[in-house]
This record gives sequence, structure tokens and C-alpha cells, in this order.
Amino acid sequence: MKHIVKILSLLLAVSAFWIGLLQAAIIHPGYNTWLLPIYFVVSLGCYGLLMVGLGLMQFPTCPQEALLLQHDIAEAKDFFKHKGVDVGSD
Amino acid sequence: MAEEKERKGDGKHKYSIIVPTYNERLNIALIVYLIFKHLRDVDFEIIVVDDGSPDGTQEIVKQLQHLYGEDRILLRARAKKLGLGTAYIHGLKHATGDFVVIMDADLSHHPKYLPSFIKKQLETNASIVTGTRYVKGGGVHGWNLMRKLTSRGANVLAQTLLWPGVSDLTGSFRLYKKSVLEDVISSCVSKGYVFQMEMIVRATRKGYHIEEVPITFVDRVFGTSKLGGSEIVEYLKGLGYLLLTT
Repeated sequence: MKHIVKILSLLLAVSAFWIGLLQAAIIHPGYNTWLLPIYFVVSLGCYGLLMVGLGLMQFPTCPQEALLLQHDIAEAKDFFKHKGVDVGSD
Repeated sequence: MAEEKERKGDGKHKYSIIVPTYNERLNIALIVYLIFKHLRDVDFEIIVVDDGSPDGTQEIVKQLQHLYGEDRILLRARAKKLGLGTAYIHGLKHATGDFVVIMDADLSHHPKYLPSFIKKQLETNASIVTGTRYVKGGGVHGWNLMRKLTSRGANVLAQTLLWPGVSDLTGSFRLYKKSVLEDVISSCVSKGYVFQMEMIVRATRKGYHIEEVPITFVDRVFGTSKLGGSEIVEYLKGLGYLLLTT
């Protein structure tokens, strides 16, 4: 099954559930009909923004890797110099 | 029998490392040196797919072949720049290993992680082991705040829409079982980094066992290539395409 079909089926199921609740008068139609769905969408958006913010704060960095890389490059250049391979410059 | 072959471990495995290059005269030599340094007891071959670099990349590769052996370094060049996806397909045709590693030639992918890829695959018998920059133990160097923000935003969006099963979708440092790569690559049509996304999403959809290892990514080219509006549009189009067709 294609992924989009999975997502649409999920949305359909949730909508059907919500409409079912309205029909059975468990939730009274009118003001509330759209209130909860809108709250749901907005909180989904807020959750997304939260995840982006958290991820940004915890973004893993590795400044020491740049230094290690420089060492590796120097080591490799030295090796090739002794083997007569002309690697030139960057 | 089959069980005995499993128990023998990596003594029976060969790793074909495909490195597409374009104007990587210096970097290809460095990469080859580092691969040989970190994979001492491993049976591997390096397949350099060069797209007609004008800077003498192929000459350097020939010198490296002289030094390390033509059976360890294969030069399978093409006439001109033909794209990443086709470079992998081209490299695959000449791969004699039962595993294939793909990695970039610009030293953003460090060969020192190759043993951890191999180890992870042997431990879990995964079909694909992909490097991730976004977990603890991994990381990125050379990105400013804006770049990190777009990366994180893009990642959250992709996770929400696609449920890809991996934390780093656009990464291109991966180890594949050769048969798995052949299967997945035949069904991918995108270009550029969307191609990398498509590969991993299609693999997830096909139910392949995918594992991740943390890698560090030192971006030395970011300063020269800006992430502009057109790239963002391309990314969103790619997401939409993957959402609808996978």
C-alpha cells in the first residue's frame, strides 16, 4: 500500500470517528464541531515547531573532527610525498 | 552449508566501495589512503567513477593504482558529468563484492567509520547500514545556525510525512548488501539528494532491515555553496513526490 493511502485512511478513520461522535450527540454540534479539529491541527503544528526547536538546541556538533581531519590530511600528504605521488595542493 | 558460511564472519565478505568523483584530485588520494589505513584486515575494492574531471583526477587514480594495485582500485570513468544515480549503477556493474559502500569523495565522509558500518551489519545482518549525523555520537561541523535550522526543519517535515524509519534521510554514507542495492536502485528516478532520500524510503517500504550508525560530517564546501530558495523548493517537490509514489 502506498504511504499516502495509509495517511489518508488514518485521516478518514479519525474523521469518521469524530462525525460518529457528533451523530450520536455525544458531542453537541454547533460551536464544538470545528473547535476540536482546529485545536488538533494547531497543536500538531506546535508540536512540529517544538521538535524543530528542540532538535536545533540539541544539534550534535563536532568541532574536534575538523582538527582530526587536518591531521589525517597532513599524514596522508606526507605518505604520498614519500611514495612519489604528486597530490599537489587543495 | 549456509550456517557455516554465516559463522565464518567477515573473512568471507568483500566490500566494494563506490566513490563518484568530479574534480577531486587531492581528495581522492586522501580518501584512498584513509580507507587503506582503516580497513587493514578487510577484503575490499575501491571503484572510482570519475565523470571526466578536467583537473587530473584520473591521472592521480592511475598513480594510486600503481601504488596499491589495480585489483584494489578500479577506475571506471565516464565521459562527462552524468549524475549520481547513474554513477552508482555504473559502479555496481563492476563491483565484485557481496557488499557495496557508497560515500562522497570530498572527505565529508571519513573512512574511519567504515569498520563500524561493517561491524553493525555483521552483528545485525541488516540489509542496509546508513550513517546518521543527527544522533548522539554523530554530528556536523561547518554549518551555521541557518543551515542547521533548515536541516532540522526539513528533517521534522520528512519524518512527519514519510515515516522513513531512519533519522538521517539525505545522508549518502551507506553500506548495502549488493543484491539490495541493485533492487532498490532500479526503482529510483530522482536526482541529487532527493535520490538519496528516495533510496532509503523505498528500501523502508520494501521492508528491508535498516540499521544506523553515528557518523560525523565535516562540511568543507558549505561556505561555497549556499542553500538557496530553489533548493528548498526542490526539496519540497521531492517530499511531495515521495509522499505520493512510495
